[in-house]
Amino acid sequence: MALTGIQIYKFLPKTNCKECGFPTCLAFAMKLAQAGAELSACPYVSDEGKAALAAASKPPIRLVTIGAGEKKIEVGNETVMFRHEKTFVHPTGLVVRIKDTSSADEVAKTVEAVKSYSVDRVGMTFGMDGFAIENASGDSATFVKCVEAVSSKSDLPLILMSSDASSMSAAVDRVKAAKPAIYAATKDNIDQMIELAKSSGCPLAVRSSDGLGELAELTEKAAGAGVDDLILDPGVRGFADSLVTLTQIRRLALAKRFEPLGYPVITFPGEGASSLDEEAVLAAQHIAKYGNIVVIDCFSPAAALALITLRLNLYTDPQKPIQMKPGTYQVGEPKETSPVCVTTNFSLTYFSIAGELESAGWPSWLVVCDTEGLSVLTAWSAGKFDAEKIAKTIKGENVAEKVNHKNVIIPGGVAVLRGELEEELPDWKIMVGPREAMAVGGYLKENWKS
Amino acid sequence: MPDVEIPLEKWTGKVKEVKIGGGGRKEVVVGGESTLPFLAFESSNPNPPKIAIEVHDKEPTTWAAPLLSAWGDAVKDPGTWAKKAVEFGADLICLKLLSAHPEGGNTGPAEAKASVEKVLSAVDLPLIILGPGVAEKDNEVITAASDAAKGQRVALGNCEEKNYRTIGAVCLSDGHIAIAKTPLDINLCKQLNIMLSDMGVPADSIIMDPDTGALGYGIEYGYSINERVRLAALGGDAMTAFPILNHAGGEVWRQKEARASDGVPDAWGDLEERSIIWEAVTATSVINAGCDIVVMCHPKAIERIKSTIEKLTGK
Ligand code: B12
Ligand code: SF4
Repeated sequence: MALTGIQIYKFLPKTNCKECGFPTCLAFAMKLAQAGAELSACPYVSDEGKAALAAASKPPIRLVTIGAGEKKIEVGNETVMFRHEKTFVHPTGLVVRIKDTSSADEVAKTVEAVKSYSVDRVGMTFGMDGFAIENASGDSATFVKCVEAVSSKSDLPLILMSSDASSMSAAVDRVKAAKPAIYAATKDNIDQMIELAKSSGCPLAVRSSDGLGELAELTEKAAGAGVDDLILDPGVRGFADSLVTLTQIRRLALAKRFEPLGYPVITFPGEGASSLDEEAVLAAQHIAKYGNIVVIDCFSPAAALALITLRLNLYTDPQKPIQMKPGTYQVGEPKETSPVCVTTNFSLTYFSIAGELESAGWPSWLVVCDTEGLSVLTAWSAGKFDAEKIAKTIKGENVAEKVNHKNVIIPGGVAVLRGELEEELPDWKIMVGPREAMAVGGYLKENWKS
Repeated sequence: MPDVEIPLEKWTGKVKEVKIGGGGRKEVVVGGESTLPFLAFESSNPNPPKIAIEVHDKEPTTWAAPLLSAWGDAVKDPGTWAKKAVEFGADLICLKLLSAHPEGGNTGPAEAKASVEKVLSAVDLPLIILGPGVAEKDNEVITAASDAAKGQRVALGNCEEKNYRTIGAVCLSDGHIAIAKTPLDINLCKQLNIMLSDMGVPADSIIMDPDTGALGYGIEYGYSINERVRLAALGGDAMTAFPILNHAGGEVWRQKEARASDGVPDAWGDLEERSIIWEAVTATSVINAGCDIVVMCHPKAIERIKSTIEKLTGK
């Protein structure tokens, strides 16, 4: 909620001295409200005024960073309850928990599996975002050893989990530079945890299972002591209580601007589930409904793929589908004799068909029409993928010069375009491919003679 | 301790309740929401989401391996299939008359009637009956289905923008429920509901299918359209205040992630596990966004969502 010019004006000296470069304090205030000036341009604002203005212009949910360097996790700063209102901005961090009671072997295996996990989707590469290391043994030396083992094998961000401040301090000490998150301050240890967060500069998670009032009390205490990078764990673990509580927190932060709960939320779906697939479903709920960091206990490639995909889907901008630049793309190293395929510039569409051509072993020319990021049938229905558009693209891209044949394959979903296309491209043979990209290999095997 | 006052939304609208079944058949009530899904602190939504299990009138030829192995021979006959669906925990049966498709058998009203009767006599769950998705044939077979199910209040579809009159009229005369299907657009959705209402279809006899994509294939649109229609309904717009149905299963099982075991990256993991999670995650997304009837296929995904709904509602 940005302040209006009038609200800002109240905090200015009202002397109209012009040093800010504006004729009056009011003019300066108006400019500030439109984000067209910096408050620092006025040398005379009182500290009190500065603080009040800074507080009012703070994002309702703080952006918190875990880790340092390229792979750091940034979460928070969300501004809406529903993605269609604008967009969700900082994708949920997906973190895998390792307990220090696991054998060195198990730890090494999990770290390797998680850090090398990588999936390609719509031309981008995704993976898991970090590790949460839990001091399940209760022993300080064991915890430190486990933290060292993980951090020596991976540079992914860490969340350190222990309720014992001295164990935590020992562990933080080893990996301070990597800015791990400290989990968690509770009413029993908050003073020491605050000290540790302050001295190390690490973000601090705060947990209370005794209601949002106590949670807010703890965060106020931490913020009051100068620890601003906080993460909330309201202690809810099941399907119903986590949906309700996370919704309440998001509402309080956005609608009420309730600062003590204006922080990202961490969840532990594994603690509310009794099987791998149940954990995946609860994690999915948390991705959709207001979890910012989700700690996974059962890492499995299949579940990870589903969660990464859901996160990608729900965090795309609803106004702008992920799209490709129109043009002619080469799948593999196509030759003069290779197939020419036509598709749309919706990334999902492009990568579906390109991926199938590639895995079926057919180097091809893929002509991508500008359909404003719409899929084959959507674009066709919207009049953005018609015979005229396809013909124009094929001509404009000089496809004829790249190949020694005149065969072009269109998606099976738009078979109806064949007739018109034959008229638009009289010297080309229009071939209707299969509806689903998955069948393209079989189709080419049967129908492509070069 | 800081005083935390939970903000409550003051919704003015309420989703219509729709009762499916009756006439000796079990009854299921959907809709009736006065707040967003599962937010019991705000208001109590009387009817938890329901699961409909997909049953076809002919043996599927293109089904993915995990589905075929889970259902076994039951899929050879719609009656046996429906019985098995009851065992797997269905609240409703969603019978798809696919054999009527011109490219899939082109069967007519007589066959449709026979299939419907088979399912009706095999199980006592309420029914949803859908045509093959080709306007002319839909009209033909749904008319026959309506007749066969007279008195048992089934849900019939799909009524689409260009083709809602016949099915709408059949529902009206036989006392069935019309399923209004539109492609992911709140205005189209509302418009079709208005057209059906103008025809005289009563408000307690409309279920809307605003469409969805599978996880990875448009779930974000399905998720958001559900939220948008539900928010509009709660905001007082009567023409969006109908229960929502989504075909989570049908969408998922067409996709590569639910079908391919060879030639996919290792990061995709095991097909069986992946496909079930794919359907379960798609279904959980749509119910969290407002879906009242989720149509599903795989018994394990169904079991998971059943338990999820129980946990979310405490019922
Ligand atoms: C998500 C979606 C939307 C999104 C847009 C998403 C996008 N960026 O395109 C939104 C909500 C905006 C939308 C809008 C509309 N939509 Co829409 N939409 C869908 C939905 C759910 C999924 C589409 C999708 O993303 N598919 C995934 C991609 C990868 O599929 P694809 O592009 O077809 O590619 C596949 C194949 O074609 C093949 N392939 C691709 N290229 C090639 C090339 C070759 C050579 C070969 C062989 C194969 C091949 O490979 C891919 C994988 O198999 C479908 C229904 C459904 N469940 O499929 C409806 C659907 C496509 N939409 C439809 C309609 C009617 C519309 C609207 C016109 C509605 C309206 N009147 O407003 C609008 C039009 C948009 C506009 N005016 O701007 C209809 C189309 C009807 C028809 N059969 O023609 C559908 C089928 C829904 C329905 N059943 O009615 N839609
Ligand atoms: S510098 Fe400050 S006091 Fe001077 S005119 Fe600008 S806003 Fe007013």
